[in-house]
Amino acid sequence: MNTNNTNTIFWEDERVDGADKVTGKARYTAEHSLPNLAYAVFVTSNIAKGTIKNLDVSKALSMNGVLDIIYYVNCPAVPGYNSNAAERPKNVTEWRGHKVLYDNKVRFFGQPIALIVADSLENANAAIRFVKPEYETESFETNFDKARLNPANLKPGVTYKRGVDGVKTAAASVESEYNIPIEVHNPMELQATIAYWEAEDKLLLYDKTQGPKSTQSAVARTFGLPEKNVRVIAENVGGAFGSSLRSWSNVPAACIAAKKLNRPVKLVLTRPQMFTLIGYRPQSWQKVNIAADAEGNFLSINHEAISNTSRYEDFREGIVDVSKFLYACENVNTKYSLLPLDLSTPIWMRGPGEATGCFALESAIDELSYKLKMDPIALRLKNFTAINPENKLPFSDNNIKALYEYGMTKIGWKNRPMVPGTVKENGMLIGYGMAVGVFGAGKGTASVRAVLANDGKLLLECAVSDMGPGTTTSMTKIAGEAMQMPIAKIKFKLGDSDLPPGPSQGGSGTTSTVGSAVDLACKTLQQKLKELAIQFASGFNTLTADALEVKNEMVIVKADSSKKIEIPALLKLANQDKIDLTINSSGKTPEQLKFTSNSFSAHFVKLSVNPKDGKIKVLQVVTTGDAGKIISPKTARSQMLGGVVGGIGMALSEKLEIDHTTGQIINASFGAYHVPLHSQIPPTDAWFVNKPDLNVNDIGAKGIGEIALIGFAAAIANAVYNATGKRVRDLPITADKLGFKNGKA
Amino acid sequence: MKPCNYNDARRGFLKKSAAIAALYLTPSSLVKAFAIEAVVPAPIAKEKLTITINGKLMHLEIDARSTILNLLREELSFTGTKKGCEMGQCGACTIHINGKRTKSCMQLAISNQNNVITTIEGLSSTEQLHPMQAAFLKHDAFQCGYCTSGQIMSAVACVREGQAKTRDSIKTYMDTNICRCGAYQNIVDAIEEVAKTGIKI
Repeated sequence: MNTNNTNTIFWEDERVDGADKVTGKARYTAEHSLPNLAYAVFVTSNIAKGTIKNLDVSKALSMNGVLDIIYYVNCPAVPGYNSNAAERPKNVTEWRGHKVLYDNKVRFFGQPIALIVADSLENANAAIRFVKPEYETESFETNFDKARLNPANLKPGVTYKRGVDGVKTAAASVESEYNIPIEVHNPMELQATIAYWEAEDKLLLYDKTQGPKSTQSAVARTFGLPEKNVRVIAENVGGAFGSSLRSWSNVPAACIAAKKLNRPVKLVLTRPQMFTLIGYRPQSWQKVNIAADAEGNFLSINHEAISNTSRYEDFREGIVDVSKFLYACENVNTKYSLLPLDLSTPIWMRGPGEATGCFALESAIDELSYKLKMDPIALRLKNFTAINPENKLPFSDNNIKALYEYGMTKIGWKNRPMVPGTVKENGMLIGYGMAVGVFGAGKGTASVRAVLANDGKLLLECAVSDMGPGTTTSMTKIAGEAMQMPIAKIKFKLGDSDLPPGPSQGGSGTTSTVGSAVDLACKTLQQKLKELAIQFASGFNTLTADALEVKNEMVIVKADSSKKIEIPALLKLANQDKIDLTINSSGKTPEQLKFTSNSFSAHFVKLSVNPKDGKIKVLQVVTTGDAGKIISPKTARSQMLGGVVGGIGMALSEKLEIDHTTGQIINASFGAYHVPLHSQIPPTDAWFVNKPDLNVNDIGAKGIGEIALIGFAAAIANAVYNATGKRVRDLPITADKLGFKNGKA
Repeated sequence: MKPCNYNDARRGFLKKSAAIAALYLTPSSLVKAFAIEAVVPAPIAKEKLTITINGKLMHLEIDARSTILNLLREELSFTGTKKGCEMGQCGACTIHINGKRTKSCMQLAISNQNNVITTIEGLSSTEQLHPMQAAFLKHDAFQCGYCTSGQIMSAVACVREGQAKTRDSIKTYMDTNICRCGAYQNIVDAIEEVAKTGIKI
């Protein structure tokens, strides 16, 4: 299916864990069962800000099956809740974020104010409405659009200056403002924790997390436990998209309850709580100014952004970063400020920062192309750079031109009108749009254990997690290729903090980081096998390791392939039942650090707009990626398709609505917050350059998860303009914003 | 399809459970106005339920407030059926009740007296994958796998009900099931392929 590599014959096509997922056998966090399990539910605030004067729990506590109600009055001391550093033991770090159940302050609407623990979910739920809070309310602000206009509300901005601050004498320039509302990850699996204190100082957690090790560390440091005494299991993660990159209030709440009641406690958030308690993509305002000469060379780019954070924590992301390096431009100036609001804290959401920034930058470039009367792809090619202008390092690889070529052909770019609003098909206005996405391609540290048993089976272990991209599959394939053995004999185990440390799954780094570690573990294993062959196999003792190769589950003499020994036979000769080793894979080498590494994407969209009512229908999508070698073509394609779906939601329908008179989120359900459905998804072609980038890592692979989404919303906005001549700079692009009425604009 | 057994006992259950359901399922914001000062309800007695799940006849004593979803997941360890919203909006909990696809979060268990339930675990009666499960695997019609059980149960019903004639009709039928990872195109590919084989599923 892909790759020029001859080892493809070993590759099976389906996900290695796929059968468990189609049969319902795969267990997600809330599905683990422990004896004597108690059920916990949050009671949440119905004011946005203030103090709880009194919380009457007496009625609720008297109800059938209710075991306890934990709140600020009776919450046991949590070492990491102490904000006085001098009083905290050395192994304790202050809990980051909202200290749930700790005090009587309300910081946002929907904040947990009590935890009901009962012997059944029904009994816990039934008690919620009998918990009666009395509040002293305070004034609050949740209105981003209003609050950002007063500079006094902003935290001091971070600025970046390169060259002149905006070239004023350019042949052409654009300056526009762009707005993106709060978007919510909304993975299908509800956030959940099961906590069980196996001993006074020993904690077992089943937790929905993208990082078993990071959760282990956060919990250990909050409760003052040795890390090894906290075990975090996240075998299957039902989507997350960034929302499970940190431990939220559900984690300490479950731990506190389990400790207080001395029995295992399960806490699962409700869907409405998924909108308020596990982060979101922050609301943002951006202003982009691009000046160009008559040929289209960018003379200057100015990019300013404001995004919201909570009142109790700062959250920032790389919104303006793309403008610094994606295109050749001497003069780039950026500014990024935070606006605290009385909302919960945001978190990275797929394509964090860059997705926000690329919507503005890639829309602005499209706007400039019309001013210059240039094809927007020609304009981008004009400003192509092989050197990152920010750090002056060459890109490790940059095949963006190949993405343009493929996308233009497949979408039928030649049919795109240079004058917008001039092409109709079956009475519908037709538009074509494209945009680019980019994300850093890192490589971090990871450890992998490899156990090659004398039955020929290979077990690999790393404490990473798999929220859906197919990490288990791609790691198995990397091992299969490195060992040149059938993947059916390989098992990759993840999702358990007891395994050798690995990274959190996020930032498109898993394949590069853990894949490199798997590759190194297999190569180390091969070296051991060669050494064993030289020592024990007859006729091998005069040979050096260089003269041998390991493939097809044998150690083979390169010069004479008839001289070989099967691995199980070799282990038997060596009197070993297995080879068991653990390797540590480091970050980028000094050689690799001479480059700047990114994955790139280009998205192409054809859509129609109904001139009667402005209704938009995406007709066709071509999405292309430059992410080095594609390890697992099938799952990689699925990630790109998923990015398109996420991008359609971001562009056309997703928006969190807040009632600013109460601070309440008023569309906290799938019925009112519109994620894309089957009907909204057009035929989509996903394509990769699939060229190994060996300047990043030895396996030549870079991440896909973020670039699948980054830039997509701009491709839609650009196509809507091409169809209608109307530029919508405020997401989502809904029919009302196009202003069509009775067939007239 | 097995007819529902509307006997007197069941009507009695229904009256009771309907009243409970009204209180239990009404949004708390609405109930608060009149219920918060109300007397705390008396303990809920267990009710008897006879039900067939994945071919196995079961006599159970259940909490009358339990949805069939919570009964499956919390009491019976059929965790293949997923909880995504508990509002009938996402489709992750889709099962077959008397052969008809149903969102199990919207059904009180007690109102399923003598009903025949099929969940993802019971879709294939052999060790082999059901053709729809195999097609989902082949077309990579999922990523995280959490909506997958519901998608497959809906997909089977889509083909059985003759709604899989075109890609558009498949999409319309399947709009009840959200996939946040965005495997929609692959899901439609899988359903279309199974439908085209014409084999009875």
